[in-house]
Order: sequence, then C-alpha cells, then structure tokens
Amino acid sequence: MPVTDKEVALSERIEAFLAELKRGGSGAGTLRGSGETARETTALLRRITGQAQWSSAGDLMEIIRKEGRRMMATQPSETTVGNMVRRVLKIIREEYARLRGSSEVTDQQESLHQLLTSGGLSEENFGQHFKDLRANVIEAINELLTELEATTDHIAMQALEHIHSNEVIMTIGRSRTVEAFLKDAALKRKFHVIVAECAPFCQGHEMATSLSEAGIETTVIADAAIFAVMSRVNKVIIGTQTVLANGGLRAVNGTHTLALAARHHSTPLIVCAPMFKLSPQFHNEEDTFHKFVSPHEVLPFTEGEILSKVNVYCPVFDYVPPELITLFISNIGGNAPSYTYRLMSELYHPEDHEL
Amino acid sequence: MADADETSKQAERNTNVGDGIAVKKQDIARAKNEGKELTKDEKQRLRKEKKQQKKNKKDDKGESEHENVPLPPSQAVVQCQSQKAPSVAPSLALTPVSVCTSEKPAKSKAEQRAERRARQEADRAAKGKKGESAQQPPSGKSKAPPNELQPVVKRLPEHVQVDDPAAVRKLAKKLERQQIPVRSEYGYKVSLFSHLHQYSRKAPLTQQISIPSTVIHPYIVRLGLQYSQGIVAGSNARSIALLHAFQKVIQDYKTPPNEELSRDLVNKLKPYISYLNQCRPLSASMGNAIKYVKKEISNIPCLCKEEEAKKQLLSCIDNYIKEKITLAATTISAYAIEKISNGDVILVYGCSSLVNHILCDAFDKKRKFSVIVVDSRPRLEGREALRRLVKKGICCTYVLISAVSYILPEVSKVFLGAHALLANGYVMSRVGTSQIALVAKAYNVPVLVCCETYKFCERVQTDSFVSNELDDPDDLMVTRKGKIHLENWQDIRQLGLLNLVYDVTPPDFVDLVITDLGMIPCTSVPVVLRVKNVDQ
Repeated sequence: MPVTDKEVALSERIEAFLAELKRGGSGAGTLRGSGETARETTALLRRITGQAQWSSAGDLMEIIRKEGRRMMATQPSETTVGNMVRRVLKIIREEYARLRGSSEVTDQQESLHQLLTSGGLSEENFGQHFKDLRANVIEAINELLTELEATTDHIAMQALEHIHSNEVIMTIGRSRTVEAFLKDAALKRKFHVIVAECAPFCQGHEMATSLSEAGIETTVIADAAIFAVMSRVNKVIIGTQTVLANGGLRAVNGTHTLALAARHHSTPLIVCAPMFKLSPQFHNEEDTFHKFVSPHEVLPFTEGEILSKVNVYCPVFDYVPPELITLFISNIGGNAPSYTYRLMSELYHPEDHEL
Repeated sequence: MADADETSKQAERNTNVGDGIAVKKQDIARAKNEGKELTKDEKQRLRKEKKQQKKNKKDDKGESEHENVPLPPSQAVVQCQSQKAPSVAPSLALTPVSVCTSEKPAKSKAEQRAERRARQEADRAAKGKKGESAQQPPSGKSKAPPNELQPVVKRLPEHVQVDDPAAVRKLAKKLERQQIPVRSEYGYKVSLFSHLHQYSRKAPLTQQISIPSTVIHPYIVRLGLQYSQGIVAGSNARSIALLHAFQKVIQDYKTPPNEELSRDLVNKLKPYISYLNQCRPLSASMGNAIKYVKKEISNIPCLCKEEEAKKQLLSCIDNYIKEKITLAATTISAYAIEKISNGDVILVYGCSSLVNHILCDAFDKKRKFSVIVVDSRPRLEGREALRRLVKKGICCTYVLISAVSYILPEVSKVFLGAHALLANGYVMSRVGTSQIALVAKAYNVPVLVCCETYKFCERVQTDSFVSNELDDPDDLMVTRKGKIHLENWQDIRQLGLLNLVYDVTPPDFVDLVITDLGMIPCTSVPVVLRVKNVDQ
C-alpha cells in the first residue's frame, strides 16, 4: 500500500504517544494519571480509526490490535491502555453487528448452550464492508470519551451516600479519584481524614496538603502506624491502579497491610475505581504483576559501604485479594467485588481478553 | 554554731511544742557537738518535727496540698494524687483519706463508696467544724487488712494527663520546687492524642537550664540531652546508660549532716528522674531499674558507714546490669538458637539489640540462615541493624515496611524485640511491630518475641492511644525531587502530623515469647510478674 502523508502523520503520532507512555510511567511526563492515559489512548484510537486505511471491520480490528499490542508492550504496568483498546474493539464489534442487522442481544448473551451448539462464535470473520461503519465507530468512540471525562465527577457524586458526619476515614497514598470523592463530601459534611504517607514516594503528603487546603481535618501518619490507629477508623477509602478480573486489586504498596488491618478491626474497605481501570487480567505469580523501581529510594547511595552486600527491593504494587474488599464505587454505581465478572462481560468481549 | 542552731530552732517552733522536746533538742545539739552521728531515734524525731512545722505552715496558708503524713520510716513515702479531691478542705482531714488512697490497691465498690462518704463528711466537717469525727472512719479504714494479692499502687502517670489542666499545674509546681524547667509543647497535636506530650527535638531542655547546673548532676544533664536528641535509643541502651549515670551520682554523693543516706539519696534522685522524664518519658525498663535502685538504697541499714554503703550500692547496680541484661541476653540467645534452623529466612524489624545479639550468636554457631531487615520511616532504625549484621557477614535483604506483604511469602520466621510486656499479654514495642505481626499471621508465619524479664510491666493496655509517646512531628517531612510538600504544615490549620513511637501487639498475633526464664506464651506474663513479686 502506498504510504500517504496521512499515514506518516499517523505513525508519528503513535510514536509520540509511545514515547510519552514510556516516560510517563514514572509520572514525569504529561501522562500523569490513569485517567489522562485512558483519554489519550482513546483519542489516538479514534484517530487511527479515522485516518488508517481499512475496508472492513476485520481489518480495523487487526490494525487496532497490532497498535494495542505495541502500546501495551511499551508500558506493561499501565493497564488502562489495554483496557481502552479492548473497549474500542468491543465497540467495533457492536457497530458491525448492528449494521449487519443481527440483534445485539444474542451476540452478547454467549450462553453455555449457544457455545456448545453453535461451536463457538469465532466463525464470524467481520469481512463485510459497510459504508457507515467508520462514522458509527467514531461516534461511539466519542461517546466513550465523554464517559471517560465524566468518571471522576460521577464517582464524587456518590460521596454523600457513603460518608456521614464525624467520621474518621483512612486512605493511603495519592488518588485523584479519592481526593475528588472526599472533597465533594466535605462540602456538606464534617469529617476527619487520616492519610498514610506511603513510603518511599510519600505521595500521601501531597494528598494531605491538598485535602487540608480544601478544609478537611487531615492527619499524616507514617506507614508503620497503620495498624496502631486503625482501631479509631470508621472507613477505609482507597484508590487503585487496576481492578483485576477476580475482583482483586493491584494497588500501591502498603495497601495489602491496610486491607488486613481493616479486616482485623472489621472496618469496611471501599475502593473508588472508575470502570476504565477494570482489566481482564488475573493475578498470577509471574513477573508481570510486580513492578520495581530503583532501590536507591529505599537505601540511598550514601550508605555505600553496605550497598554491595545487601539486596534491596522497592516494589511499586501490592495485590489485594477480593475477600478483603467490601465495596467498589465506580462511575456506574456501587458493586460488590463478586459482581466484577459480570461488569467485565459488559465491557469486553471474551475474544479480546488476550490481545 | 550550736547556739545559732538552737536559736533558729526555737524561732521556728510553734507554741504547742513543749519543754520536753526542747530538752531533747539540746541533747541532739550536744551529740552533734561531740562529733557523734545522731542516733536513729533522734533523726526520726528531727524528721517528725520538720514535717510538723511544714504542715503547720501550710495550715496557716490554708492550701489544700497533700502532705507527707508522719509514718514510720519503713513505709515508702508516696505522694498521693486524688483527682476528685474537693478544692477547699482542711488538709488535716484530707490527709488520712489520701493515705488510704495510697494504701488501698484494688478498690472495691464498698471501699470507694466509703471513701466518698468520708470525703463528704470531711466537707461537712469543714463547714461544721467537726474535724474529729471525720477522721474516725478514714483512720479506721487504714487499719483494714490489705488484699491477699500483692497490693500495687495504681497511680495515673503524669505523662498521659496533658489534657487535664489540674495535672499540668501540679506537675509545674513540682518541677518548680525541684528547680527543673518545664519543657514547652510543640506544634498542633492531633485531637486523639491531646492527652500526650509533643516536643520538638530542636528545643532541648538544656537550653533552659544554666550550665553548670547546681541542682542536677552534670552526668544526668548529659544523659537527658542524649535521650532527647535520640543519641541513646533503645530500651536496653537507655537503661544501662541510666544505671551508669546513677553509679556516678552515688560515687559523688556526700551525706549531708543530720541526714540518713538511705532517705536523702532517694530524695536527691527525685529531681534527676523528673528532669529525665521531661527530656524523654521514661521507658518501662528504666522504671523498673529505678524502682530497684530506690529499693536497694532504702534497704541500706542506717548503721552502715557511708563508704561501705556506696560500695554496696555500686556493686548492686553492677549486679543488676550483669544479671538482668547481659546474662539474660546470653540465656535468651541460647534458647533462641534452638528455634533457628539451617536454611531459615528470618525477618526482623527495626533495631533491637537483643535480636541482633541472637542473630550474631547463631551465625557464630555456624547456622546457615539469611535475614530480611524491615525498616520504617521516619526513624529508619533498621539501617543500623543492617550495618551490624552485614559487618558480621550475614546475608541480608532490606525493605521498607510497605513492602512487607511482597516479601513475606519467602519468610520462615519473624523475630521481634519488645520495649515492654504488659500484664494482659500485649507486647509494647516500636510502632509497626503490630503490623508486621498482623501480616505474618495472615501468611501463617510464626512470630517470636524476645524480651528480658526486667522489661515486664504491671500496666495493662489494649490500644496504642491511651499511653504512648509522640515524637517530633517535623521528622515526617521529606524532600522529594527537591521539594518538601509538608514544609508549611504549621500554617495550615487543618493539617496535623502524627509521629507515634510505640504500639501494642495483641497476644493472638504472637506465637512465642523467649525470656531468660524460658519460652513462654504471651499470656503467661502475669504469672512471671507474680513469681517475681513473691521472690522480692
């Protein structure tokens, strides 16, 4: 296929995005939070849909899958990229099915009976060409973008249902979603927040300054004091990096300890996570779950004499099993962790779980 | 000089002191003249008179301060705190009641009711001038037999009553009497902890006293500064430093005339202890050590010469350190080595001198194991433990406490040190210990606590709030990427920093406690305490 200017421009955009992803992992680039990553990814996918050369839905899906794999390989820990790719693939499937005329309901309801009798739905090859497919898909992606922009507000709107006055709420590290959640509740109610600082990055400090400037009584504690103060805490509200397919979390390190302490004191653990963080991956013991950063955050180079004889670890994430979580609050409402599998089937197609 | 003494004594005497006592005073004066030491009776009489004069002076002022009631010298003099005492009442009527409060350990409801009745009657007596009848029921009570169980003086320590203005005033008065400056609080205190002190490390107490200090021994001044700046930290180190300082004090001590060493030395130590308490609240081990020293001092027979007495005290303190700390560490290490097998991965938290000693011993005995050192901000004491272990040659890993759930699946045992073991089986230790025990329990890893018996404490506590220590809140600040986020925390009214020092671990998280008396479960601590008390 002849390389057009448009294609060159498109591939430049993709390369720029990948570079941002690689740099943005440490929070230094413009892609600061997962919300922004999700929006940028979706915008890029819309651009690909609009500008790339494709004739049928199958071609488009192939292109998006290829780009998606590249993006996920750049920054494996940033799962929102993969999630958005899967959402767009599902959108394409839906639009194609609508244009073909078959009801969406039967496609979605992949019941066991259908799977056994029809021999699997993968016979569909998406080869037919539809004129309106491009426009429809772009419109649907625009709707997705609107949804993404409003997630934090939708979650924050539910704050008053969960926080009563004179409560002591505990949180860890820094989560923009939780920040918005608490600030929204603080407009009407008075409560106290305890922030665990989450060493070694100490993002809890930023969170505490931001909350206290909004007029919320805040206290900063060291990570070591989480269990000690937990007996006075009424609720634990945390954010997360990813929600796994079984309802567990991949959250900032220290969250598992927090969850265990909450379970010991029978304190409810509430996770504020927008839907784009839901990922079809499972927790496994392999290398892909954990991410490590430079150990000089933990043991600085000034301790030079012993550095060569000591192993130092600085993991970034923690796995929290679903039994420790009480409630998920997302932009579509509150759910129990056991409902996660159902939400996943609404968002992603099972064929897309492995890109 | 004898004449001057006599005249001064006569000037102080009240009108109701009869001639008989005057004669005895002349005897005493004569005995002093002849260079002989006063006999025990004479000293006792002198003391009683001084106290009587003090009491009469206070009567004139009409204050309601509690007094040292003239008791036989064998009973320890206890300063009573009665928080519910009515504000204005004749001190005479109240003092028998306060004696009862000090003597009565486990107050039953009937006794409390009787006490209240007595206080009400005392009030009525103040109004109706029936002082005599008020004294009858309390004095009757004081003769009641004590409980069969060992009586323990339950008195709320001052350092957990910062939110009570009466207690704060009382402490200020006491410190003023002892000529020790009061340390000022620093920073906004979190409301849950308003009953505790919070000081800044940048404002040590020594800035407010003159150097050289006339009231406090220079060794004690230095010790206090070392405590408040964190140079001497860790309960064993603090206790040993304290006992060495006491040895120096005893060496430099000279009995003033007309005084007994056994009583005066104890009184000399009181301002030192208050000063050290102001610099940094005393630990449980230090409290036990002080109790021991005071007991030894008051058990000195009064016929003993000063030099002999001092030598005896110094050797007592040496024995205490040797027995309770050094030899105990060796015993505990011998027990603990049975629990360390080849191929073990042992997790330790912070810097406990005892645990480090055990690990070094085990390494010397050729056990093959590796160690994971867990550390926490802001104290970062684990680095010191790491240095010691690496110097010995032990293979180590180092993580922060937030990574504990990542590293625990690899761990086979957890060894923890303790600051004190409470009578209800809870372990009081550095903040973060309970968290490690919690996560270890979730992963089914055995938790062993190592603690000498001299750290066992008769207090009970269920959470980390009621009695704790607040460290300098500025320690939580950290520079990241050239910026300190919490730099102006004092300006933001709603922001508070909490830097706890201790926390309590429930006994169900601890599998075994290794002490010099053997390996016991956490719940056997009161048994050990009882056995110790019976021995003494």
